Amino acid sequence: MDAGLLGQYIMNGLMLGMMYALVAVGFTLFFGVMDIINFSHGDVLMVGAFTGLATYFGLSEIGISWAPAQVLIVLTVATICMATLGMLIAKYLVLPLKAAPPLNTLLITLMLGTVLHEAIRLFYPQGANPQRFPSLLPTDAYTFGNFTLRIDSAMILLAGLGVIVGIHLLINKTKLGLAIRAVAQDEETAKTMGINFTLIVLITFAIGSGLAAFAGILHGLYYSEINFAMGLLLGVIGFSSAIVGGLGNIYGAIIGGFLFAALQTIGVLAMPFASAYKDVFAFGVIILIMAWRPTGLIQEKISERV
Amino acid sequence: MKTIRIVFAAVLAVMVVFGLASTAVGAKEQVKVGFIGPLTGGTSSNGLGGRNSADLAVRLRNADPKAKYKYELIVLDDECKPNIGVQAATKLGANKDVIAAATHYCSAVAISTVDVYHKFGLPIIVWGAVLPDITYGNKYGEVHRVNGTMINQNETAAKFMTGLGYKTWAVIHDTTDYGKGHNKYFSEYLTKNGGNILGTFGVTSDQQDFSAELTKIKSLNPDVLYFGGLTPIGVRIRAQMEKLGLKAQFEGTSGIVSDTFIEGVGELAEGVLAFREGAPTEKLPGGKFFLEQYNKQNYGEPPEAYGAFAFAAMNLILDTIEAKGPDRKKVRKALNKVGGVDSIVGKIAFDDHGQNTIAVITKYVSQDGEWTVWEESEYASGKRKLRGM
Repeated sequence: MDAGLLGQYIMNGLMLGMMYALVAVGFTLFFGVMDIINFSHGDVLMVGAFTGLATYFGLSEIGISWAPAQVLIVLTVATICMATLGMLIAKYLVLPLKAAPPLNTLLITLMLGTVLHEAIRLFYPQGANPQRFPSLLPTDAYTFGNFTLRIDSAMILLAGLGVIVGIHLLINKTKLGLAIRAVAQDEETAKTMGINFTLIVLITFAIGSGLAAFAGILHGLYYSEINFAMGLLLGVIGFSSAIVGGLGNIYGAIIGGFLFAALQTIGVLAMPFASAYKDVFAFGVIILIMAWRPTGLIQEKISERV
Repeated sequence: MKTIRIVFAAVLAVMVVFGLASTAVGAKEQVKVGFIGPLTGGTSSNGLGGRNSADLAVRLRNADPKAKYKYELIVLDDECKPNIGVQAATKLGANKDVIAAATHYCSAVAISTVDVYHKFGLPIIVWGAVLPDITYGNKYGEVHRVNGTMINQNETAAKFMTGLGYKTWAVIHDTTDYGKGHNKYFSEYLTKNGGNILGTFGVTSDQQDFSAELTKIKSLNPDVLYFGGLTPIGVRIRAQMEKLGLKAQFEGTSGIVSDTFIEGVGELAEGVLAFREGAPTEKLPGGKFFLEQYNKQNYGEPPEAYGAFAFAAMNLILDTIEAKGPDRKKVRKALNKVGGVDSIVGKIAFDDHGQNTIAVITKYVSQDGEWTVWEESEYASGKRKLRGM
């Protein structure tokens, strides 16, 4: 294989991995602070993308047509809206069920996800059809042999990686991050140390859901298309990535996301004429890894004790 | 008290008399007919257009004073999913009041429901699905189809494309029966016509990311990328080709001939080729009449590509019921003998398998945001050029 082609595969893999990682980080954050699986996460991403699209149409209506401003406003509005939605989910669906078995939370978020994507399908104009997402980034392309680098793809990748690094810094270097980690490690002790548990949970859900919205917009910009069902598979893949990396661990989620993308790309490369099985291959390997390391690639340093 | 009773009796008497009178005037027997199509989901635009068109056929018939029966249309949604389709088919089949039905746009659904119709003895006419096996894979007398199949479609496509001078192809198809069928027949006819397929890629019908497949195809460097599948992933593939700098000509099937495809990819639709059974609605023998009547009803959605076929299928059903009476067996027998009946989509003649043998295939190219008949396009006149020409 020539270098250009290899470069193209790596670029594709990185792009996919970045999106999976953004989703997986959300799952892992929620699990960290509340020990719950939020299955509506993929659909929150989808709603974020649609919010972005609606914002874009709104901006075009009022005459703001300068692309950089549009991108920034679309990203900001979608992220804030989904952060708010995330807080509402935490406050009204997750926190009240804190004492209930985790299965109940899992079910309620699963149902919420269904409500979200059915609502988009039914109430967004022509919501059942694939929607074109505008190209708001420069589309110049540079070709090196078989490798085509588009400026927009590069910008999307950098933005995504930037956010991942930002989240890492937020969790590990700030006081807020310290509080989140404290709550994740031991809720009772964190409370006695004066940390406002409810507030931290709400903030964590806001961050995770905001990330999902960000990933949704990047997804739209990269694929130039969004649809009501896009959150389903992304949710499952994001969840698997978080699990395989070690649920509750940010690095694990990031590694898991990139690992999954690599597996899918390798799946197509290794079985070029059976590409329909790339997901079977990727999930199959994930199952093997789970059998080998049941608690994920990066194990939690402190295991839960009764 | 007595007067009240008298008044009450008088009112009753009046009601009875008027009631009798009204039944005497509108003494037409109620007959139920069915329609199934994808009313929700990614292909719902075609389903809703088909539903409106079938509804139009029923409304026109009910408005006709010469009609012997009053028809009621029962509409069910198959969501383009085989399992939901089987449920809908069972519901119609089990309802003995339903005499016949026009069913299915999605091939994967139609192929899984034919057994149900056979079991219940419900005669149906398929109005949109193009998989050959729906009619040719069985000997069921209940199953008929007004539109052509993907065999005719791909034969024309292969001849036309090799005729233009293209030499090499890469194929992406979805792994439903629909996509696999397209792949099978296109590959068969292409090889016969001297074309060369460099690689074939199966993809799932809800896949988002095609970058790995498209990168592989890019390294194969074909003249044409043939896509056998429906609009939703067609939109994604066309958009992602551009991101990866894949310059091949994009060729689709009847599955992407919809306004949704052009809206979905925007300016990237320019120069995309596709093939479809039948002809554009306005070019059909009764197309003008159909569109006039359709627009009069103020439906919320356009008839889309297969609306005229749904109308023709429903009209044929109504004609047969008018002639033979509301009886499933008689209707089935009469439909099996249809040979050369005029309809708005041209003549209809069913062979032993219930397949309409008079199938016209039209070649389309997307030009300025519209599906244009090839012969009338600027690509055919040489004013614009397809990729790699």
